[in-house]
Amino acid sequence: MSDRITGLIVVVLALAYFASATTLEEPFFADPLGPRAFPMLVAFVAAVCGLVMLLKPDTEPEWPKLTTFYHLMFAVIALVLYAFALKPLGFLASTALAGIAVSYLIEANARNAVMAGVALSGGLFLIFKFIFGLSLFALPRWLMG
Amino acid sequence: MELFTNLALGFDVAFSPFTLGLAVIGCILGTMIGSLPGLGPSNGVAILIPLTFSLGLDATQALVLMTSVYYGAMYGGRISSILLNIPGDEPAMMTCLDGYPMARKGRAGDALVLSGVASFVGALLATIGLMLLAPLLARVAYQFGPAEYFALYMLAFTTLGGIGSNNQAKAALAVCLGLGIATIGVDSSTGMTRFTGGNMHLFDGIDFLVAIVGLFAVSEVLVFIESHGKNSAIGVKLEKVTIPWADIARTKYTMLRATGIGFVAGLLPGAGASLGSFLAYMGEKSFARDKSQFGKGDPRGIAAPEAGNNAAAGGALVPMLTLGVPGSGTTAVLLALLMTLNITPGPTLFTERPEVVWGLIASLLIANVVLLILNVPMVRFFSRVLQVPPWILLPGVTLVSFVGIYSLTGSYFDLLLMVAFGVLGWFLRKMDIPSVPVILGILLGGHMEVNLRRAMVLSDGDWTYLVSSGISISLWILAILGFLAPFFFRDKLKIPSQNS
Repeated sequence: MSDRITGLIVVVLALAYFASATTLEEPFFADPLGPRAFPMLVAFVAAVCGLVMLLKPDTEPEWPKLTTFYHLMFAVIALVLYAFALKPLGFLASTALAGIAVSYLIEANARNAVMAGVALSGGLFLIFKFIFGLSLFALPRWLMG
Repeated sequence: MELFTNLALGFDVAFSPFTLGLAVIGCILGTMIGSLPGLGPSNGVAILIPLTFSLGLDATQALVLMTSVYYGAMYGGRISSILLNIPGDEPAMMTCLDGYPMARKGRAGDALVLSGVASFVGALLATIGLMLLAPLLARVAYQFGPAEYFALYMLAFTTLGGIGSNNQAKAALAVCLGLGIATIGVDSSTGMTRFTGGNMHLFDGIDFLVAIVGLFAVSEVLVFIESHGKNSAIGVKLEKVTIPWADIARTKYTMLRATGIGFVAGLLPGAGASLGSFLAYMGEKSFARDKSQFGKGDPRGIAAPEAGNNAAAGGALVPMLTLGVPGSGTTAVLLALLMTLNITPGPTLFTERPEVVWGLIASLLIANVVLLILNVPMVRFFSRVLQVPPWILLPGVTLVSFVGIYSLTGSYFDLLLMVAFGVLGWFLRKMDIPSVPVILGILLGGHMEVNLRRAMVLSDGDWTYLVSSGISISLWILAILGFLAPFFFRDKLKIPSQNS
């Protein structure tokens, strides 16, 4: 079933990509092929692959249980928040928090997770700042004046 | 004679203390990365690339460091295969079959030494093969025009789809996904933007390093979160390490045969080290008169895949350097490194930047000796690395990936994109859609389109131009055969099991 659904999504996306390629403007001085042809070829092959998946699905993959699925969602949310927080919160705090979150999701042991997060954040800061010479801000800028 | 002059130039570059130091550091790092379950040559090299830029190395030094990591990881992958029955990376999968049973019999040390020696033989001979073959191929590559390059890219994609996957449609889909992603951004021929949806961040296209780190490293973290606890393997204790001379002597021809098979497998653009170790193992098994011990700890079953995958790693560098077409996931990552360093691989690399090519080859020869020392007398140290618990290792991988990409682009948008590629990578893996073709598509998509369009300019829109030369016709035939072959050999391409 997963293959069929994915195949259907692929076909729809490939058609959308194809349609989007046809709307590209053909510039006046273009080469004989122009900017449209290659994307259209790719879209065509992708649509065929999607159809094959739709009609000839493989055996069903083993999807995670609902709780595991939530864990994965948490992990993704934590990483997205980390991406947004890295600059405003500064390196140390945001990295420690992200480290704690990922560690806890891998093994639910709060003490270990805090240890891993704090140690990684501090250790990586020293390595990146002083060996690699990256310009990282340890703390939020408003604290550093 | 030219070879010796070139090699002398290479050693001149490689023997500078700093470059030598980088090679040693690369070997140590690589072996550690290779032995850690879940980190292999491709994702290990991927997360280190952004960081090498901040070190301010020149092209040769960066390349020496990263290829030493690459070779090191190929050596190191066997350690967790043998001790934990979990391959440290995909090419080390075949080493589990006989390595773990041998370790269970209390011969873990012997298995590690034997596989270390086999890795050395495979890698060393393959590096020599690279040295002899690459300049020849570079000469042939001079005759490549746009039509030939287009056919070559097709060959890379179809062999990858054909041999490297269980389902052709899914592998081809992965290629299309990569090619589609490569079309995002400014079209180099006309200067107009395509498929950006008006998003300013996408005008320059998607940085392939963002995609690589997301697909290879971040997705690995998600896979670990999903499987936590389930993969807790029963480790085998490593007793005293001695050198099993008898086994080494008994498998010397095995190693040579496996090196030959692996090297050729590595040469195929798009096929790579996993295929090398697989074919080397299967070849040895069909060659052997007494097959009863395979899967139960037969020394030949350890020597063959290890010599095979390390030889393939060297072989895969040949098409990467001479044609700009990587032969495996990791060489794809190395190609990304070259492209970021503004080095265009291809025949001109050998004439215009000989110090890069020959410095690299000389460093690989040195790296092999270093790796033999690290992986035989010092193997006990690296087996300790396996004890790093996942709850500290994987957050570490995540954080290093983030900092690396952030240091490269300084944009939160790229970090978000990387997370998105991580989720995509996890989904692809669940669906049994290979992710290496996606990377290869992103890397080569631009070149493929440019060559197609150039061919059409040259021929004034005549498509038959694509099959108008002997070289391009042979490449197309190989491409079609590579895509169709697995339909006939599917049963033979199944991985055998341990039977302890």
